[in-house]
Amino acid sequence: MEIAFYIAGTVAVVATLMVITRHNPVHALLYLNVSLMAHAMLFYLLGASFAALLEIIIYAGAIMVLFIFVVMLLNLGKETAEQERKWLKAKVWIGPSALSAILFAEFLALVLSSGQAAYSPAVVSPREVAISLFREYLIGVELAAMLLMAAVVGAAHIGRHKRLVLHRFLKEEVEKEEEKHEEMVL
Amino acid sequence: MNEILKYTLMIVILLFTLTTIAAWLIWLERRMLALWQDRYGPNRAGPFGLFIVAADTIKLFFKEDWIPPFAEKAVFVFAPAIVAAAVLLSFVVVPFAPDILVADLDVGLLFFLAMSSLGVYSIVLGGWASNNKYSLLGALRGASQMISYEVFMGLSLMGVVMLSGSFRLTDIVMAQKDYWFVVTQPVAFVLFLTAGIAETHRLPFDIPEAESELVAGFHSEYSGMKFGMFFIGEYLGIILISAMVVTIFFGGWLGPFLPPIVWFTLKTFVFIIFFILLRASLPRPRYDQLMEYGWKIILPIALLNLLVTGGFTLLKA
Repeated sequence: MEIAFYIAGTVAVVATLMVITRHNPVHALLYLNVSLMAHAMLFYLLGASFAALLEIIIYAGAIMVLFIFVVMLLNLGKETAEQERKWLKAKVWIGPSALSAILFAEFLALVLSSGQAAYSPAVVSPREVAISLFREYLIGVELAAMLLMAAVVGAAHIGRHKRLVLHRFLKEEVEKEEEKHEEMVL
Repeated sequence: MNEILKYTLMIVILLFTLTTIAAWLIWLERRMLALWQDRYGPNRAGPFGLFIVAADTIKLFFKEDWIPPFAEKAVFVFAPAIVAAAVLLSFVVVPFAPDILVADLDVGLLFFLAMSSLGVYSIVLGGWASNNKYSLLGALRGASQMISYEVFMGLSLMGVVMLSGSFRLTDIVMAQKDYWFVVTQPVAFVLFLTAGIAETHRLPFDIPEAESELVAGFHSEYSGMKFGMFFIGEYLGIILISAMVVTIFFGGWLGPFLPPIVWFTLKTFVFIIFFILLRASLPRPRYDQLMEYGWKIILPIALLNLLVTGGFTLLKA
């Protein structure tokens, strides 16, 4: 299975490179999706099947769909791709590539000098994940829950829209009610 | 080597049977709809009109495969393949019988949820790549509907996971030896079935392709075999959801006298016919009603069901 690991790793790297170099936003997002699935494969091959499938369900299946959803709504068409093409010239690449190359060389030197770790998958069952989440890392889970709650309240507030009034005589009543509501909130 | 051969053979047989059944379902659906509406339905080609499927398939193959010049070509061609691939991949974990199953993953249930969440891309990309406003509207509706109902689908199944203590589908089936989970988890069953209909965007929840308002929704621009892919994907989806309902809530292959695979097929067909009956009897809700119903009614009920199940499990332990 070591070969499968390297294949998935290569796919992940290539897909991520394609994400950066695509001009069309939807194509870039599709490559990002491939990259996420390759990561899920890597997790699975290392024995973390639970994490692998959550990666697909949450990242590839929900978050990326929302990304594409927004891109679709913004209707980023040929003009955006054209603009990207203008911005992404060969000249722009020189600085970042040189700096990354230095980092990559350092990384290679480190990996080669410290010797290779053996590929040794340790299977982690969903039960073990649950137990460590709700014992050792309970504080993290609680904090994440609080953060999500705040986000949900914020989203509900932003998404609250004015009530539809079907007749002009009803309009004043609704306005009065809303004022009352505001006072109560304050 | 023998193992590999056995599984390859099983996969080939499975693919062949599933696609064939999905094709015959079209005939079954038309005949059943006709029965309930007091007419004959297709009854000319072959006995009981059975060969209508062959005629339909040949017609689809010979239709002009037209890609509109304004479409985003690569994504347009690629999109219909996703739905069929995602649904067929889900069948990998379905236990048809104790020894007829491709992979017995320890996270089988999650694998099914993951694949059904990837199926959304087919609608979203197909609608976007068509570059047509009706398709885009269908795609937007499809994306929001499927993302929302996926949440309830996952949540409704967690009660079953609590009771059986495993994500492995064979374990879930074996945990139903004494009584089916539909007895202990009736609420979860109703929620899962509702979410399943929304996931396969079948009537009454076929809002992404509502033909009375959106022409044909996300697949307005598709023709020939590309449209056929969407079509077969939908019927495969019905088989998948029925098979999952049977596995999770109705004891899978368990049953007296008859061999396991026969029990599984019988139970699955009961649900397939139920899906068709729904189409014959229910009107389509409005888009905002569907979303409101999901987030304001189904979500609280699903969470309550989880809470009660958790409480009972704790009391029993």
